Amino acid sequence: MNCSWLWRICCGFAGVVLLAGGIVSADPLRLAATTSIEDSGLLAKVLLGFTEETGVEIQAIAVGTGKALELGEAGDVDVVLVHAPALERAFVEAGHGVDHRAVMYNDFVIVGPNSDPAGIRGQTNAVEALARLAKERATFVSRGDESGTHLKERELWKTASMLPHGRWYREAGQGMGRILQMAEELDAYTLADRGTWLAMKSRLSNLSIAVEGDSRLFNRYGVIAVNPAKYAGIGYPMAKRFIDWLTSPNAQRLIGDFTVDGEVLFHPTTQDLP
Amino acid sequence: MLSLWSATADAFRLLLSGDPGLWEIVGISFGVSLKALICATIPAFVCAFALAFGRFPGRRLVIALFNTLLAVPAVVIGLTVYLCLSRSGPFGELRLLFTQGAMIIGQFLMAFPVLVALGHTALQSADVRAWETARTLGASRFKAARTLMYEVRFGLMAAFVVAFGRIIAEVGSALMVGGNILHSTRNITTAIALETSKGDFAQGIALGLVLLSLSLVLNISLIWLQGRGSLRT
Repeated sequence: MNCSWLWRICCGFAGVVLLAGGIVSADPLRLAATTSIEDSGLLAKVLLGFTEETGVEIQAIAVGTGKALELGEAGDVDVVLVHAPALERAFVEAGHGVDHRAVMYNDFVIVGPNSDPAGIRGQTNAVEALARLAKERATFVSRGDESGTHLKERELWKTASMLPHGRWYREAGQGMGRILQMAEELDAYTLADRGTWLAMKSRLSNLSIAVEGDSRLFNRYGVIAVNPAKYAGIGYPMAKRFIDWLTSPNAQRLIGDFTVDGEVLFHPTTQDLP
Repeated sequence: MLSLWSATADAFRLLLSGDPGLWEIVGISFGVSLKALICATIPAFVCAFALAFGRFPGRRLVIALFNTLLAVPAVVIGLTVYLCLSRSGPFGELRLLFTQGAMIIGQFLMAFPVLVALGHTALQSADVRAWETARTLGASRFKAARTLMYEVRFGLMAAFVVAFGRIIAEVGSALMVGGNILHSTRNITTAIALETSKGDFAQGIALGLVLLSLSLVLNISLIWLQGRGSLRT
């Protein structure tokens, strides 16, 4: 008698475990998105929108573009949302990813102290402005973390045919929000994506935009599904669904409607711009 | 698994090739932590001494307080130091934020309670008669205190090593108030955090190995010293 009770309890317990396992294995989609999307608050909105429309949970981690692509390459995530067109193309060409689509864009700005010690405010040529910062040895804080923003910065220095180094050039290796805080504290210039800048500027009373509007400061975000042929466990169907949704009119409208303090942070686009 | 092995192999290659960037980071870690510890040791041991042998109201409360401070997370100390040193904080004028000075302050605050709490325990185990004997033999208070500290030198050394272990391995405060600036405030732990975020695991593992071997050397030398000490008595 006792034995059969025990048996039933065991069966019940096993049933619960199996059921729970079944629920958990309705795998959530694993997404690696860049910190700029997270810091600005867009990521939370996108996740909510997708889950509302499809009922699928997303586990998102916010990391730099370099790390996001590494995670994709290692099969640790199903889909990546990043901003470094050259790296993205290399990622797809190496066979790590499929279904590469553009999602939205914004641009980078060079921000600096209100007092503008290097006198670059109002310039529209980002490369000349950087060259001037180097010449004046004005303090500049660099991301230094292989993020999309850092890659863009290096590209600009390269265009200016310069290799910045010295005490004025502080390579800090942290996320965009922290770098902006450092620039605020150090009276320094830095390159920031407009999204993070707009989201944080109310707390950065010492900083303002010095240079904007150069086409070389363009910042395009792309989404790539991790190649299901490489790893068995990749949730490709869901990743594909996420990409289709992100490029659908509904999601594009959601991105375009996202504002912080009345300012639009990201412009939706499905065109792969230069 | 494969990538763990290859990253570890790369790490050894980096260490043995004497990569200057790597050793610079190691040097910054040591410099900052040693300076913080040197500043903290004497006042902390004086404090521990007062708590062990002094008789004043609220003594037990102070002891409890220091024991509590042992558990304060590094990021909380980092945040406090950050707010104090920020340009809008009370010490903003010093312009110390994002310098090694700020890191030293943070690590000082972290080492201090460890030194006091462990120093206090060590001193309590001392024989008070040594103090009384020294005093009756005409030693000044300072000399008598020194004699007593010498009696429990291994306990104090252990406190020193534990405090060093805590501050050299902390990342929360160093990242927050140092800013992880290359050639200036990038130390072993903040570099590991950065390399991992970049996906460059070899450099991270190499730096981790340096930390581990260092703490091994420290602990072995402590045990060796203690062994020699117990032989003599």
